[in-house]
Amino acid sequence: MTEALLELKGLSKAFGALKASDAVDLTLMPGEIHALIGPNGAGKSTLIAQVAGWLHSDAGEVHLLGRNVSHWSVAARAGLGLGRSFQVSSLASEFSALGNVLLALQAREGGAFRFWSPLRGNARLRDEAMAVLARVGLEDRAELPVASLSHGERRLLEVALALAIQPKLLLLDEPMAGLGPEGTRNLTAFLRGLKEEAAILLVEHDMDAVFALADRISVLVYGRVIASGPPEEIRQSAAVREAYLGDSLC
Amino acid sequence: MSTAAIRALPRETLVNAVLALALLAAPLIAQMLDEPFYVSLATRVAILALAGVGLNLALGYGGMVSFGHAAFFGLGGYVAGITALHAFEGSDFMTWPWSVGGSDQLLVVWSVAAVVVALVALAIGAISLRTSGVYFIMITLAFAQMIYYLAISLPTYGGEDGLSIYLRNQLPLGDSNDPLTFFFVCYGLLLAALFLSARLVAAPFGVALQCARMNETRLATSGIAPFPVKLTAFVISAVITGIAGALFADLNGFVGPSMLSWHRSGEIMIFVILGGVGRLFAPLAGAALFILLESLIGGMTDRWQLFLGIMLLAVVLFARGGLIGLLAGKVRHD
Repeated sequence: MTEALLELKGLSKAFGALKASDAVDLTLMPGEIHALIGPNGAGKSTLIAQVAGWLHSDAGEVHLLGRNVSHWSVAARAGLGLGRSFQVSSLASEFSALGNVLLALQAREGGAFRFWSPLRGNARLRDEAMAVLARVGLEDRAELPVASLSHGERRLLEVALALAIQPKLLLLDEPMAGLGPEGTRNLTAFLRGLKEEAAILLVEHDMDAVFALADRISVLVYGRVIASGPPEEIRQSAAVREAYLGDSLC
Repeated sequence: MSTAAIRALPRETLVNAVLALALLAAPLIAQMLDEPFYVSLATRVAILALAGVGLNLALGYGGMVSFGHAAFFGLGGYVAGITALHAFEGSDFMTWPWSVGGSDQLLVVWSVAAVVVALVALAIGAISLRTSGVYFIMITLAFAQMIYYLAISLPTYGGEDGLSIYLRNQLPLGDSNDPLTFFFVCYGLLLAALFLSARLVAAPFGVALQCARMNETRLATSGIAPFPVKLTAFVISAVITGIAGALFADLNGFVGPSMLSWHRSGEIMIFVILGGVGRLFAPLAGAALFILLESLIGGMTDRWQLFLGIMLLAVVLFARGGLIGLLAGKVRHD
């Protein structure tokens, strides 16, 4: 059996009496897209934060590439190959698109503790950064400050930045948010082509995109995984229908 | 360089060059006109600008609004004062577990100042950087005040009255008692610190530091832990300001608790803000303007700080890029 890239074992987090995540077990296998869906307030964002390392779990373990990283920092988890994009774009706002990618590349290139040679002077790194931008079609916008990019372009840049660290797996938090039908179609096709390179844990509200992409779907309600399986099975599940009552699942 | 080549330079580079040359020319002209006071004034500008270069690294590039840099400035000053005192008296700073005497050599003073300030900044930074925003401002202020009161309570080193340096610390070559020579030393150190800052800021370290200012989440997500980057920058920043403090004590022949007071922290911050936060030469522009106001308007009225206040208000409200921003336009980021 191949080893899971990501394995959550009984992960829990409570805020006072509210159990935001409740003994969650979940795996992400190489080459798959595993979608995490659930109504608003189901605890998806909490779970993502626990996986990425922003929140310390009350109980349970996070295993990344077979290693227990439960007590690792965000940066250390990223260094191991966990790339992520944010629900709301999180970029270095005064840098250009290229500057943002260069920053993401430099971690792998020996880290921040190099004090003398200009980062910009590294032609090889610059070529690599341009190649990353070209993958999401932003090569013409490379020198623009991030603040002057459109919303859609910033979403794409987020994905490019996640790719720049050469991740083994990607944590994508609503990458389609605010993209519009055409943008969503393009990004869907792009992500499908990506999964052999990096497995994806996808949180997404766009159900068309989820069912088009996902190899497996887990449904989170009140912090618990109430169903997990292939898309067809989830579509038929009575429990899921109940949780989504009135929602546009089918 | 041909005029065409000069025109091709970014405007900020030209403004910086003019500032640097003006500071170099001022004491030379003053010396020719036999006005030693202005040589000492230019030396003050160079030293205070150096202190500001230190703070600018933390505040301007790293977004760490330290309200306690007087602690490092004053510590540098006290190192100069205390080593000079023991050298003058021929006494020991400590006798156990080994004997450490004084020194009247500037190179020794600077090295000791750098090490002492680095250690203190490491401790202060390691605690303070766990907070941010207003709390960071307050905790750095609190640490500086602790050191201020410590200095006041040390009768051996002058307590409230401070400590006179009877003989200026010496250079291996040249005579540091000669005002112009001492200016060149301070000016050289200022240029060296500016050059070091420029390299740091463009290097991977500086890019990470600036990202920590804009968005720590982005930095961590890229695989770089923000805390060690910020702490390192804080320590480098403190050491530069500390060396400036050592020079300041030697310039005045005196070090006292006032060098450690929070007024001094505010003053260094004013240099940076007047000049333009996060602009390389901002501390020089700011310190020069500050000293000019102090000596020109201060000669006419004791209320010269009213004009400083108005100017500071104008900068904060209308010219966020400060003096450099006004002269050289908006900051260009890569």
